[in-house]
Amino acid sequence: MKRYTGGKPKLRRFHQARWDEPIIFELSSEGERGVLLPDVEDEIKSEVGDVVSTIPESMRRKQPPRLPELSQPRVLRHYIRLSQETLGTDLNIDVGQGTCTMKYSPKINEQLARMPQMTEIHPLQDEETVQGILEVMYKFEQILKEISGLDQFSFQPAAGSQAIYANASIIRAYHEARGEADQRDEIITTIFSHPSDAACAKTAGFKVITLYPDEDGYPDLEALKAAVSERTAGLMITNPEDTGIFNPKIEEFVKVVHEAGGLCSYDQANANGILGITRAGEAGFDLCHFNLHKTFSSPHGCGGPAVGAIGVTKELAKFLPVPVIEFDGSKYHLDYGRPESIGKVRAFCGVAPVVLKSYAWAMSHGAEGLKEVAEIAVLNNNYLLNKLLEIRGVSAPYAKGKRRIEQVRYSLEKLTRDTGVHSEEIGLRAADFGVHYWTSHHPWVVPEPCTLEPTESYSKADLDEYVEIIRQVSDEAYTNPELVKTAPHNSTIHKIDTAPLDDPSQWAMTWRAYRKKVRKERE
Amino acid sequence: MSEEKQTVYPYIPNSVPTVKNQMLKEVGAKSAEDFFEDIPEKLRLKKNMNLPKPLLSEFSLRKHVEGILSKNKTCQEYLSFLGAGCWQHYVPAVCDEVNQRGEFLTAYAGEPYDDHGRWQALFEYASMMGELLNMDVVNVPTYDWLQAVATSIRMASRITGRREVLVSRTIGADKLSKIRDYCKPEIEVKLLGYDTETGQLDLDSLKVEISSKTAAVYFENPSYLGFIEAHGDEISKITHDHGSICIVGVDPISLGILAPPIEYGADIVCGDIQPFGMHMQFGGGHAGFIATRDEKKYVMEYPSRLFGIAPTSVEGEYGFGDVAYDRTSFALREEGKEFVGTATALWGITAGVYLALMGPQGMREIGEGVMQRSHYAMLQISKIKGVKCPVFRSTHFKEFVVNFDDTGKTVEEINRALLRRKIFGGKDLTKEFPGLGNSALYCVTEVHTKDDIVRLVDALKEVVE
Repeated sequence: MKRYTGGKPKLRRFHQARWDEPIIFELSSEGERGVLLPDVEDEIKSEVGDVVSTIPESMRRKQPPRLPELSQPRVLRHYIRLSQETLGTDLNIDVGQGTCTMKYSPKINEQLARMPQMTEIHPLQDEETVQGILEVMYKFEQILKEISGLDQFSFQPAAGSQAIYANASIIRAYHEARGEADQRDEIITTIFSHPSDAACAKTAGFKVITLYPDEDGYPDLEALKAAVSERTAGLMITNPEDTGIFNPKIEEFVKVVHEAGGLCSYDQANANGILGITRAGEAGFDLCHFNLHKTFSSPHGCGGPAVGAIGVTKELAKFLPVPVIEFDGSKYHLDYGRPESIGKVRAFCGVAPVVLKSYAWAMSHGAEGLKEVAEIAVLNNNYLLNKLLEIRGVSAPYAKGKRRIEQVRYSLEKLTRDTGVHSEEIGLRAADFGVHYWTSHHPWVVPEPCTLEPTESYSKADLDEYVEIIRQVSDEAYTNPELVKTAPHNSTIHKIDTAPLDDPSQWAMTWRAYRKKVRKERE
Repeated sequence: MSEEKQTVYPYIPNSVPTVKNQMLKEVGAKSAEDFFEDIPEKLRLKKNMNLPKPLLSEFSLRKHVEGILSKNKTCQEYLSFLGAGCWQHYVPAVCDEVNQRGEFLTAYAGEPYDDHGRWQALFEYASMMGELLNMDVVNVPTYDWLQAVATSIRMASRITGRREVLVSRTIGADKLSKIRDYCKPEIEVKLLGYDTETGQLDLDSLKVEISSKTAAVYFENPSYLGFIEAHGDEISKITHDHGSICIVGVDPISLGILAPPIEYGADIVCGDIQPFGMHMQFGGGHAGFIATRDEKKYVMEYPSRLFGIAPTSVEGEYGFGDVAYDRTSFALREEGKEFVGTATALWGITAGVYLALMGPQGMREIGEGVMQRSHYAMLQISKIKGVKCPVFRSTHFKEFVVNFDDTGKTVEEINRALLRRKIFGGKDLTKEFPGLGNSALYCVTEVHTKDDIVRLVDALKEVVE
């Protein structure tokens, strides 16, 4: 089989690394050391004496922790092997993790964030000594203001969900300040907005009303009109939604909620396709948030560290978490004196290195470049959509004949009906060719779903390769369904028996629990 | 995508004009405009965004960012005694080596097959934390200690069905602010007094405040103000006698020498793993842990993901997966427990690397070494005229309060003077704890040599005497 024909990729003979690596405790060898500590000077030792004995008896550790004992090369080898068994975005055509905006994270930005001027600064240093990082944060705030059309930002929330929570908390503070908090206890969202839009609103004390789409998959304006009342605190939604469909009536949505006395919060997790195209401000939103680890390229880190940058209108700025960054024309300053603030959302000023990487990424594009990001991300998505719809058993429900923004929620319902193979199994087989494939968040309103988001980072040839993989797996499902149902075949490990994970007598979240419960070892 | 725009962006392969045009043609679009047909004209941004001129070359970007960052003064150039929730500990090289691996750095939410290594590394992280804490369940880390304690309290409230929490007044103001915001919809926060001589939680205050409404009692060890809480057993007994849950916050780098809180009655233990291999990063290195016993009523209240070990179809092979996934908001939206999403997984992996490198001996040595140095610093500082150190008559771990009331100088003045000598003095507590007068919270760790401590003491003498 030729790997490339006329520049067109063929299927890859992939096999993931399989080191059969033991659990780290099994590698332990008594007495080995991974790192030595600096000696305590004799003068110190003799002057302070046996300090450990000054710890109250009941507070002193009696048994050393049963941590593994390993030499340094053994620790390194273990973790490098585990890293090889992890399919990072750097390695694959990562269009398969829809809603996650798996784009290239530039190495230069990582190097900058690992400079000592970033890593070795303490958040409580005198402001004069951290002017550099404050400048980065302030300047990036100005960029996000222009991208969103809103008036002030905070980078404190440490991820998208915490940002949604913070915005829900600001909505609560706003109604409290107007004496309407008890009355306004409902947040409205849509089923194709991220689960956290519902879950965070609930955590912040609201009842949640979830709207379902109309027949064409668009958020239903009539349903919204029926849902709003004097109890409405706010609306928290994504747009485009996780289907990749942009809500054309978004301005009316905002208007209806405003007229009912609620606030509108824009979850911009799906902003990658609309940078420089349309903004929260023009649509009338009061709050928004961006996931800097998605749209703004900071690496996902296996699931964080991250930043959920929240933006608000002037009217709501007084509720932002403290501190906020001010600039007097010559110096940057952290302002804590904000009595109506919701207070702290996360420690200190949030995850500054993620802000730095996002700033560097935005600066390497500029206004035209960011618009190019959006346009190519959307072009890539529609190119992929066109090709995938040619594959047997694949459909894109809703908005028939329309284009999508940056992602598509596909359905493999027909394939499942025809072959008995489920979407999840398609994903496990796709992994045999070295790519991810994600079904979708629950509930599965779209049957047998699959959500793909190609971003701007992949070439036409990359997209063609992904399409070939899905075509291959579809063909296999129709001709040899067992092959797909028994996948993965080329993975690090074989089929997992997941039953113990939901059985309290069998589940084990640590090695010690596993040894006790499953291996029945005595303490 | 107008014709005159010719920049080919290195991060955007299809920005090559011929490729772009070919793809547009293939999908039957005249231009990218066709894709935005659902966006009403009125909402379209008509102008170019007003952003700074881009730095297209990697070289100019590096120069620009380095130029800004050079305005920061680091804790390598200056001698720092700041702590208060973010601590300068030594980061072993292997920690950085592992967390900059592209495979870990850029992975996200893959299945237990394609991302097996990530699942194993996080399971191992939880397992090593479990050994340190003597607890069987540890979560995939959350954002930071603030979130960890706020969630621990809400877990306790759900488990007990009660709506009050009692918190020691020696808690840091930021953490208390977070708890108040996060618990507001469901739980009332009440503060417990402390003994002004020793800092120890006032057991009488606890006995007065605790009732059948109390979901949980929260205290820290070592406390925010650095001393070791000696009455863990008594506190947990009183707590349990009222059917409440005992939550203890802990700086885990103390656990080579301090007892795991479960030994003095903690039901939920939380804290921050930043000391385990994360650079300070202006506060960017935090990640929170929550640990409990392996009891269903606790496990089912975690909002976080919990990674469990499971067999595969091959004898002796380990697989992993989500434990009790159906409790999470991923599965149930607003009917799940609080919410879950991206948090701090890379720091969890890094903390695992740190613990594997340290082993039991390393953890004991670092605990003892930190204590020896901080005690030496306290002794020397206490000899300075007009300075009281430590303020509390209790055993301290790595942080301690220094009072300057009798020097006639404010902490602000002293810290300014230290800054001129390239020293970051301790955190000013005058606004946070007005009752402590003119005091600052100092932190000493294994990165401080005897000479560093002597330099601080000499500088303080110059400033105050």
